[in-house]
Amino acid sequence: MNRDAILTELMELDFMLVDLQLFLDTHPCDQDALKQYNDILAKANVLREQYESLCGPLYSFRSFNRGHWEWYRDPWPWQYSFNVDLPGEECR
Amino acid sequence: MWIYEKKLEYPIKIKNPDPAMAKVIITQYGGPDGELAASLRYLSQRFSMVTPQARAILNDIGTEELAHLEMIGSMVKQLTKNATIEQIKEAGLDAYYADHDKGVYPVSAAGVPFTAAYIAVKGDPVADLTEDMAAEQKARATYEWLINLADDPDVLDPLRFLREREVVHFQRFGEALRIVQDFLASQKIFAVVMPEVH
Repeated sequence: MNRDAILTELMELDFMLVDLQLFLDTHPCDQDALKQYNDILAKANVLREQYESLCGPLYSFRSFNRGHWEWYRDPWPWQYSFNVDLPGEECR
Repeated sequence: MWIYEKKLEYPIKIKNPDPAMAKVIITQYGGPDGELAASLRYLSQRFSMVTPQARAILNDIGTEELAHLEMIGSMVKQLTKNATIEQIKEAGLDAYYADHDKGVYPVSAAGVPFTAAYIAVKGDPVADLTEDMAAEQKARATYEWLINLADDPDVLDPLRFLREREVVHFQRFGEALRIVQDFLASQKIFAVVMPEVH
């Protein structure tokens, strides 16, 4: 997978985690939601590793920088070139 | 503490400059029902919240609002990046430009700088969660007015995403309020004064 494909899928999985986390905060005994959360997290973590090996660190003070300080490098998330076009424009 | 993640919650990729849209969207950065107010409101209220569920929801929605603040800042930046001085004047963004150039400063659509008076921290868990539910509805309404003003799919798409999140947050705050009210009801202790026996 290329950078944009990995990032798109990682954003999708991380969004599911954000949403499930809020759901679990008010439904902490929901075992189905808990299983979904853990399964999605495992998938997302695989993609995180792929993304970081291809594009550099994702996290401040949680990611290794290899050989030199990679963290500072462009593009930053608010820049146009960082972001991906989502498929499904016909549905907009 | 917080760890920065070097990506957005939802992609912002706006091809065409539109300073008129930037002028109104910035209200979700620093306006009365914007994302800065939302994050500060929830992250401040969590210190006096009761029940672990309600503390967690304030912490986690407050954190997600910071990600939304970043999305709105990214939209304002990209909408103004290649705008010419002529386009800025036509859009009525010239007053903002005089003070901030193309910097992203927290103001409302009418140019009023951000103030903490936009938020409340009452310290009473029912009052605070009820305020939060109203805040989510006001933010949802603001996104709907912004969607009415927008025509570019690159702008509409993230606005729709953000609108939907307000609906989800409202739902979660409603659940937290019910949990808190059940907890408070269970805490009530009734003291019965026994009649004196003569």
